Amino acid sequence: MELSELYREVILTHATHPHHYGEIENPDKKAHGSNPLCGDSFDIEIKMDGDKIAEISFVGAGCSISKASASMMTEMARGKTVKEFYDLLDKMEKLVRGELAEKDTEELGDLAALAGVSAFPIRVKCAILPWKTLKNAVEDDG
Amino acid sequence: MNSLSGCCKKDFPTLKVKVYGKRLVYLDSAATSLKPESVIESIVDFYSNHNANIHRGVYLLSQEATELYEKTRTKLKKFFNTPKEGEIIYTSGTTAAVNLVASSWGRTSLGEGDVIVLSGMEHHSNMVPWQIVAREKGAKLIYIPVTDSGELDLEEYKLIFKNHSVKIVAVNHISNVLGTLNPVEEIVRQAHRYGALVLIDGAQSAPHIPVDISRIDPDFYTVSGHKMLGPTGTGFLYGRKEILKSMPPYQSGGDMIEEVSLKNATWNELPYKFEAGTQNIAGFVGLGAAVDYLISAGMDRVRKHGEELSMKAREMLSSVKGIKFYGPEKGSPGGVLSFNIEGAHPHDIGTILDSEGIAVRTGHHCAQPLMKRLGVAATVRASFYIYNDEQDIESLYSGIHKVAEVLKLGVK
Ligand SMILES: Cc1ncc(COP(=O)(O)O)c(C=O)c1O
Repeated sequence: MELSELYREVILTHATHPHHYGEIENPDKKAHGSNPLCGDSFDIEIKMDGDKIAEISFVGAGCSISKASASMMTEMARGKTVKEFYDLLDKMEKLVRGELAEKDTEELGDLAALAGVSAFPIRVKCAILPWKTLKNAVEDDG
Repeated sequence: MNSLSGCCKKDFPTLKVKVYGKRLVYLDSAATSLKPESVIESIVDFYSNHNANIHRGVYLLSQEATELYEKTRTKLKKFFNTPKEGEIIYTSGTTAAVNLVASSWGRTSLGEGDVIVLSGMEHHSNMVPWQIVAREKGAKLIYIPVTDSGELDLEEYKLIFKNHSVKIVAVNHISNVLGTLNPVEEIVRQAHRYGALVLIDGAQSAPHIPVDISRIDPDFYTVSGHKMLGPTGTGFLYGRKEILKSMPPYQSGGDMIEEVSLKNATWNELPYKFEAGTQNIAGFVGLGAAVDYLISAGMDRVRKHGEELSMKAREMLSSVKGIKFYGPEKGSPGGVLSFNIEGAHPHDIGTILDSEGIAVRTGHHCAQPLMKRLGVAATVRASFYIYNDEQDIESLYSGIHKVAEVLKLGVK
């Protein structure tokens, strides 16, 4: 069990300086996600352009894994179509469970840093929470 | 440090376990305590030499099993100084005990507009059963507020009786989050003055302080055996005999009956009326061994030890940048220390401490309303018991420095 694998520099930076943190004006869709057991709680808002996620933001509180995951997710999901997001979500879930092929991992950029989570099964749900919340936001129909 | 310090680590086999190759520093006894060798052995001995079902067999082994099982009840009666025979009902723990009361007493005694008084620092298990029965019977819940210093607001408590028909008050003796020792005698006296009953959740007090039930004089008192060195799945409900007599059975089936016809049945005497089905016999034999262990440790010393360790830990950690404590300043009689560190989420702290072999609890500790009152989503809780010592506090202290290092606190 290597802690430095979990708390990589890029994760700590995203956790302390999260991207797209805040609210957007007149969001088209939104969702709230929480993991009451550890006290993580996120709200995600998006603006759609056709079937593209045009704008995205999040607010909330959580551990560094969940917060960094949320921050990196906003970077990755912005500009993607819903289908592309689902594809990414699938890869992300495999990544944190240690089931993603190396070549797919490389494509993920910063997000690949979350691979370390797979050695800490209890923390997998922290990494996934923002993604599940965005999925709910995408599927939110008012 | 007093004579308990480190005296008995060798009695607890779990402390020999290595965690990631490191010494286990177990600081989660408020969730469940470790078990001494003598408790483990008593269970092995039961299954090896006396295994039989109780109260039913005429054969020797069954008589032996019954005797061992009942001997624990006698020990508990003495240890907790309960007034009469038949008032200790075995349960799987506090949760089961509160559910028994809320269901059996609550369903038959509560009505529209009646008030159940709880406190803002209750464990969910002394909250949710009451919420359910209140909804069912149209009763109302009123919570005793928690002050900024983490105590129950007794002035507010007393005011509740002026304007409401209070039927029962259910509060904990020691908070599992804050470690606060609540003034239960005063709480009981006030309620009795108005004819209300009182249930005390003793899950955290029974393991840590001498508890004299006759003196406190509650109508119900609940205990979790697994937090006081006993096996999991053990605990009990103390109930005042006259009240228990008037309560209908909670669960029904074998052992709790006196006579059964095709249409009807009459109930067995106390406490068996509330002990339906085959019980956790070996577990209660083990609980007897746990009581013996605590008697020889001496509950006054156990209390002092918990207070000293929690105070010592608080003193030592107070130099950590951005640390905030929740709970009594002078050390907790329950051996509990809850805290947060600015910039570090409890969950991250828990993972990093774990990598050092240190087991602490992080999260809401089954007390979400209290978390809300404290204005936090979660805390880190270190809880100390008789096998902990100063070395464990030093490990915690170094562990917290590791947290700062890994999370790069103070350099961002
Ligand atoms: C104050 C308090 N009440 C109730 C409980 C529930 O006890 P059990 O899980 O043994 O039913 C606990 C233990 O977590 C507790 O700390």
